[in-house]
Amino acid sequence: MTAKIAYDDVEVGTELPAQTFPVTRATLVRYAGASGDFNPIHWNEKFAKEVGLPDVIAHGMFTMAEAIRVVTDWAGDPGVVVEYGVRFTKPVVVPNDDKGALIEVAAKVAAKLEDNTVRVDITATSDDKKVLGMSRAVVRLA
Amino acid sequence: MALDQSFVGRTYPPTEPYEVGREKIREFAEAVGDTNPVYTDTEAAKALGHPDVIAPPTFVFSITFRAAGQVVEDPQLGLDYSRVVHGDQRFVYARPVRAGDRLTVVSTIESIKSLAGNDVLDIRGEVRDEAGEHVVTAWTKLVARAAEEA
Repeated sequence: MTAKIAYDDVEVGTELPAQTFPVTRATLVRYAGASGDFNPIHWNEKFAKEVGLPDVIAHGMFTMAEAIRVVTDWAGDPGVVVEYGVRFTKPVVVPNDDKGALIEVAAKVAAKLEDNTVRVDITATSDDKKVLGMSRAVVRLA
Repeated sequence: MALDQSFVGRTYPPTEPYEVGREKIREFAEAVGDTNPVYTDTEAAKALGHPDVIAPPTFVFSITFRAAGQVVEDPQLGLDYSRVVHGDQRFVYARPVRAGDRLTVVSTIESIKSLAGNDVLDIRGEVRDEAGEHVVTAWTKLVARAAEEA
């Protein structure tokens, strides 16, 4: 496992390159198949509205998968992630059009820990709402 | 109705091994739009010191959540799954999941709380490989919304 970022080159406050991830209905159908999560709230608008949602929503685990990409793309080797946790605070609502929704992810180094590890705090928003809370990863740098 | 506190600490039997396939990893990586070659190209994975292609960090959730089905579908516990939403998710990794792994999961109920009429259930899934070595632990918080809300 080999991170391309050196521990000595980062400090508390170092910002990771932010990224924006588009999500359409097609994305969700594909994620449902790949993950095995076929809950209809992620593809059936009628069902989603019946259970009180504004529209079809993205899988929380899809959002979690996108958010960590800001960290793994930065570190180079996803195998250096030693810890990753999130709280699902608001759903990512995905309308049935060709644009869908956007998940905007930013992250920064929040603490330098032992054994060349750092804690990275991640923020993820969609439609200006925070969709993940307490979103943190610990990664082992070079 | 609040869930029975006596289930706290209950551990369920290990699941049958799940064999991690390289094409399943590829499918997952493509589904999340991640083009990192470490997920699809064995040589790229080896260049980073991995014995084979690795899976994206959240891939293992499909395995641990299926294992947690033993808990959520336990008729004695009596969780109303139609009211369940995913509250929190956390992973602690000993190493990344990789192609060829045969993984078993042991699920344990860590806590049961009742908050404003909602049942809050914390499930820990310990994932081990064929040699019995720890690979990753997943903590999943499920919230069953109060029935009165509807």
